[in-house]
Amino acid sequence: MTKTNMSRRGVLKSGAVAGAGLAVPTIFTAQSAAAYTNEPTGSSVTLGFNVPQTGPYADEGADELRAYQLAVEHLNGTGADNGMLETFSSKALQGNGILGKKVEYVTGDTQTKSDAARASARSMIEKDGAVMITGGSSSGVAVAVQALCQEAGVIFMAGLTHSNDTTGKDKKANGFRHFFNSYMSGAALAPILANNYGTDRKAYHLTADYNWGYTTEEAVKTSTEAMGWETVAAVRTPLTQTDFSSYIAPVLQSGADVLVLNHYGGNMVNSLTNAVQFGLRDKLVNNKNFEIVVPLYSRLMAKGAGANVKGIYGSTNWHWSLQDEGSQAFVRSFGTKYGFPPSQAAHTCYVQTLLYADAVQRAGSFNPCAVAEALEDFEFDGMGNGKTLYRGADHQCFKDVLVVKGKENPTSEFDLLEIVEVTPTAQVTYDASIFGGELGACNPGT
Amino acid sequence: MFGLDKKDATLLVVVAILALFAPFILNPFPEGSAMAQFNAGYPDLMQRFVIFGIFAIGFNILFGLTGYLSFGHAAFLGVGSYAAIWMMKLLTMNVIPAIIVSVIVAGLISFLVGWISLRRSGIYFSILTLAFAMMMYQLAYSDLFGQLFGGVLTGGETGLQPKVNDPRILDAALAEGATPKAHLFGLEMGASYKLAVGSWEFTFNAGYYIAAVAMLAAFYMSIRIFRSPFGLMLRSVKSNQQRVSYTGLNPRPYTLAAFVISGMYAGLAGGLLVAMDTQVGAERMFWTASGEVVIMTILGGAGTLIGPVLGSGLLKYMENILSKINKGVLEGWFSFMPDGMSDFFIAITNLFVGKQWHITTGVIFMLVIIFVPGGLVELGKRIGNLLTRKKQPNNTDGSAKAEPAE
Repeated sequence: MTKTNMSRRGVLKSGAVAGAGLAVPTIFTAQSAAAYTNEPTGSSVTLGFNVPQTGPYADEGADELRAYQLAVEHLNGTGADNGMLETFSSKALQGNGILGKKVEYVTGDTQTKSDAARASARSMIEKDGAVMITGGSSSGVAVAVQALCQEAGVIFMAGLTHSNDTTGKDKKANGFRHFFNSYMSGAALAPILANNYGTDRKAYHLTADYNWGYTTEEAVKTSTEAMGWETVAAVRTPLTQTDFSSYIAPVLQSGADVLVLNHYGGNMVNSLTNAVQFGLRDKLVNNKNFEIVVPLYSRLMAKGAGANVKGIYGSTNWHWSLQDEGSQAFVRSFGTKYGFPPSQAAHTCYVQTLLYADAVQRAGSFNPCAVAEALEDFEFDGMGNGKTLYRGADHQCFKDVLVVKGKENPTSEFDLLEIVEVTPTAQVTYDASIFGGELGACNPGT
Repeated sequence: MFGLDKKDATLLVVVAILALFAPFILNPFPEGSAMAQFNAGYPDLMQRFVIFGIFAIGFNILFGLTGYLSFGHAAFLGVGSYAAIWMMKLLTMNVIPAIIVSVIVAGLISFLVGWISLRRSGIYFSILTLAFAMMMYQLAYSDLFGQLFGGVLTGGETGLQPKVNDPRILDAALAEGATPKAHLFGLEMGASYKLAVGSWEFTFNAGYYIAAVAMLAAFYMSIRIFRSPFGLMLRSVKSNQQRVSYTGLNPRPYTLAAFVISGMYAGLAGGLLVAMDTQVGAERMFWTASGEVVIMTILGGAGTLIGPVLGSGLLKYMENILSKINKGVLEGWFSFMPDGMSDFFIAITNLFVGKQWHITTGVIFMLVIIFVPGGLVELGKRIGNLLTRKKQPNNTDGSAKAEPAE
């Protein structure tokens, strides 16, 4: 038996101590002096560039990083030229950093995994004091990091992410996307396909078995069916698949005369190569030439697939051969620094960085809420896509969409795609509410 | 103390002290100095240290004691995470139910997997667990069950996050525009207190200390299991399973129990991961994640008490710190050298940092396996022996050195 000696004073004392102990965390959190997460107080500001450096999208990631470095040079005014700052319709940026603070950056590897991407982003926010996170080359990562930034109270400027969900059902008040999405691809592609291939086609879909694949399949299906096409079958293929022969063989038996490859990156390179090797494109089905369509194209993919892309239609966010001033300025400074033209991933990341910097400059503050307000319903031009609107309702950019075709006679290893049509913004605009989701309120953190 | 002998009690106390003062220990370099790059004392990484420590401690109970090499433990971690996030979506953002349910669910699933896989041993067992884990990964990644029943179970590639409009029957409705945040009776996991001392800054994070308490509990449990008759049975399975059978003992219930216990540890780690960062992606179930815990355990020292914790710490440190050293940082380091020389050093160092951090991990792993097969713990012992100039026990008389019977 133990004997306890409790005095009234002792109980009161320990009670007071315990109470103080419990109250401590709340006192401390309330005490923090900064008005928002990672308020830059010194002479510099840190941005976090979170891109895939390993894994299936490492090529895109490397190109994105190049674009970010270029953007930082242009913002600080230390580059060989000023790139798109010359052509950008907003003239707020002075080339002396953002709000006079020198731009510094930290990089991280997302590994194209949402867990790794979040860990990397968290370390940027918690350790390096990044006030904005940007990058990513897949929608799963974009959605995960966007949610993290919302929680932590920093701005997220999405990189290459094409799924509807990023600014659809998973949209967040602190997240912004410049890249186009599956819906826009479908809406832009369908009329071109109808013009070239007729309106009574039977389509067969091969779809990468993940979120982006589904939304792309859905978008292309809906918009082509509206034109009178029929969808014969839609087959899911594992993301890790490298040999698609077994998926290509049943296509001809199905009676379909168009194959839609909802694949990206290495997947698309392999499936297209398989399809061409099977001689699909030389076949006559229903008295029509068999055709292949790739909804989301990129130059890096076209390079991987080589001669197989000739004559194949797809859509893209931007292409270096565009002749407007903004694109040319960007291609020139990127080419001077690195020796080759930038990809669409590089373009969207570069533009996102400038847009963020410009919004901060116009808002006069790094506070995420002020920045978000400056970006919402912001109209700009001279960034390579013509007149563009950052819609406030879902933080999605609305701009022209390019429909491209694999070039028949490429003149260089970069000149692989030709622009067939620039689909005007009005044709790809949709109502902000169709994908569900809630934006919520902006979160400045702390 | 707590039924431990003096040596174990000392170890537990040392680990507790290390965990308590981790924000100081991991942040040895002042802010803004060139070495600040190597500071690891920020909440995310500290949380990862202890959570993956739990994961490795649990794995060690199976692998270190019974010698059964499971290649599918990440699946249990993932299952625990999904269970936890569903608790947060349906019940409450308080982390307690999430963590408890994650342990229970992971225990149930590991019972099923263990029940089948433990019919075989050696490489066949490893392959079976790997197959189960990859199966579960695929189910989660394509959200097969969700699609089957027309709903969402794992969210596929995008994963799951608590949403504003989730039911959460125990919680009051969120204020307009508020983000759901994980908390322990109101104490948010993200809440931190920053202490500035001179040019140093130390961060004390609520979530970290909660995870650290869980780790200490897990560590204490592991010591008790190691020292129990049950632990002895597991060791006997490792040294000679056939002999155990011939003695008339059925080893299956023991191995199954060890498997389920380690599965529950994995579930606890998974639940804590969600508590600290409210998001689940299927990638954490991928086989490389299972391989990672094997590496952690072997790196630290399989079959030792503290080894797995050290191993997981080392691996997570390299993953998070080395991978962030980019060329720009290197240029800063070597800028004092003449041009040609600095380029040379940057090129060489660049091979081992940034996105190539895997190379460094691989090299260290190989060195450990070849020269100190007992892992970091053995390395520490050897260094300790060297420093104290203790005479190595002479093995020729055959009595002084006690080696395990393998």
